[in-house]
Amino acid sequence: MARIELEAISKRYGDVHAVRDFSLVIEHGELVVLLGPSGCGKTTTLRMIAGFVPATSGRIRLGGRDVTNMPAHRRNTGLVFQGYALFPHLTAAENIAFGLQMRKLPEPVVREKVTRALRLVRLDDLGDRLPRQLSGGQQQRVALARALVIEPDALLLDEPLSNLDAKLREEVRVEIRQLQRALGLTTVMVTHDQDEALAMADRLVVMSAGAIQQIGTQRELYEHPRNRFVAGFVGRTNFLRGLLVEPGVFRSDGGLTLRYDGRSAPAGAVAPGASPSGARRALALRPERLAIGALADSARANRVAGTVEFASYLGAIIEYYVRLSSGEILRVHAPNTGAAGDRAWALGETVHVSWPVEVGLVLEDEHQPEEDHR
Amino acid sequence: MTAGRAALLVAAGLALGFILLPLVLVSWLSFFRDEVVVFPPSGYTLRWFRAILDQRNFVDGFVTSLEVGVFAMLAGLALGVPASLCLARYRFPGRESLGLVLLTPLVVPGVVAGTAIYVFQVETEILTRLPLVASLPGLVLAHVVVTIPWTVRLVTASLVGFDRTVEEAAQNLGAGPWTTFRRVTLPLIRPGMVAAALFGFVISFGNLEMTLFLIGPGRTTLPIAILQYLEWRIDPVIAAVSLLQIVIIGAAMVATDRYVKLARVL
Repeated sequence: MARIELEAISKRYGDVHAVRDFSLVIEHGELVVLLGPSGCGKTTTLRMIAGFVPATSGRIRLGGRDVTNMPAHRRNTGLVFQGYALFPHLTAAENIAFGLQMRKLPEPVVREKVTRALRLVRLDDLGDRLPRQLSGGQQQRVALARALVIEPDALLLDEPLSNLDAKLREEVRVEIRQLQRALGLTTVMVTHDQDEALAMADRLVVMSAGAIQQIGTQRELYEHPRNRFVAGFVGRTNFLRGLLVEPGVFRSDGGLTLRYDGRSAPAGAVAPGASPSGARRALALRPERLAIGALADSARANRVAGTVEFASYLGAIIEYYVRLSSGEILRVHAPNTGAAGDRAWALGETVHVSWPVEVGLVLEDEHQPEEDHR
Repeated sequence: MTAGRAALLVAAGLALGFILLPLVLVSWLSFFRDEVVVFPPSGYTLRWFRAILDQRNFVDGFVTSLEVGVFAMLAGLALGVPASLCLARYRFPGRESLGLVLLTPLVVPGVVAGTAIYVFQVETEILTRLPLVASLPGLVLAHVVVTIPWTVRLVTASLVGFDRTVEEAAQNLGAGPWTTFRRVTLPLIRPGMVAAALFGFVISFGNLEMTLFLIGPGRTTLPIAILQYLEWRIDPVIAAVSLLQIVIIGAAMVATDRYVKLARVL
């Protein structure tokens, strides 16, 4: 295992930048997730590390070796493909043995390592099965074992869970994560599923349009998104568009005057006073940090009246779409505590949404169509 | 059963009968005891099958057909497999035209192709002094022309839906291009190749029209030996040898169908 160094790698197809100026160091034993919508360049980046896509510019180093111009079969990466790409004519054990045979290990060693790898992924008894005789989850584990058994310098996971059903997915992601930790594997995983990304990563790289939007831990991305795209892609967010009136005061396009506290804003976010008054901005509000009640909560700096337009009972939370007096809509997540005082709000009921100053985060209001997916 | 369905079945039955009747009659005929074909036969015998062996033309023709068929099949594979891989996997200028050119022998009448190839071989022989006309290599070269389209068709059919990520998986695990081809690609297209080999052989083995122009004294193929025999006499020997040919070709086609469904490519 080794660290992976990506130094300003780019991939251009004609005039199209699939990946632009991507720089990242993945430390030994770290699991980094590349997260983004389809077409954001995350898979291309992974394929550049594996050697299937030549980088147009930049350098790639694996454990100090410059592999930028090295063909895929000499790089010693272990890639788990989205569709697993198991050899259909070989048994599970033969699939796993393939990489060891390529390394010209003596037959007894191969057999022993294959047995151990099968045990590692809990397929001890299924080594003789052909891929088509295995379930999706079992095939996935064969693919993982096949990638791990060669002791790669980097483990690369390309949407490894996307072909599994929801319940299995949660189990497998824990399994993969535990295995990755136990073996100390330097790992890059690609996914468009933010839950999966948040659950598995040491660090995340949010990508859009071929470029890195932000690199950070789950907490950093969630609490301090650098731009609207990150705020919208990681977790759910309400955006109110409008103008900065003065530092700490935001006026929405609907005419609401709202207060925010930008002291905790990271580099890239807009701190109070950092932008000229009158600049167009977006105010980001996480739905679970908004309170909904019959009366305005005077302890909170921001209070807006509205009517419940839509409600979804989601179990742990109840999601309300509240049409504010200004005409704008806020999504509010109310915790479903089951406490006696809690009540559910009916459609059309008048409510007050309130939040303290530290909830609001002011971001550049660049146009990002992707962020609106619910 | 509705009237429409009944009519369809009758029509299908008639068509099938129309196709199969000659085969059935020939097969039946080959067991007749009488030397002159009469209905009904006075009895049945297997001696015509023995009599085939007394006809040197049939035995030699069979051997030649076998040789030509096997070589044409192998050459067809050697050329058709790489061609199919290129056509299925790469986009290059002229790709469509190349695909068409490789299939044209299917639409050129055998007589035309035979004449053309004969003239070509004569001219080549005059120019280079290579003995091509009526030689085994000459025959094989001509037959490769008709086996290639089928090889390309059958191998291409097996490449449709081929998941190329398994090749990437092989490379990722340390296999170079050649090892990847040998250990992964080849085993996966083997059914198509076996089908192509068998069917190529069938096509070559049964070819008459084109071959007519390319044989010479002392070197004829089985279909032509049968034709020549027919010019002089009609007796159950001819039926017996035809039955043998039908059985060989039929067996090869049934075997082919196990690897690639022929209905999909014919």
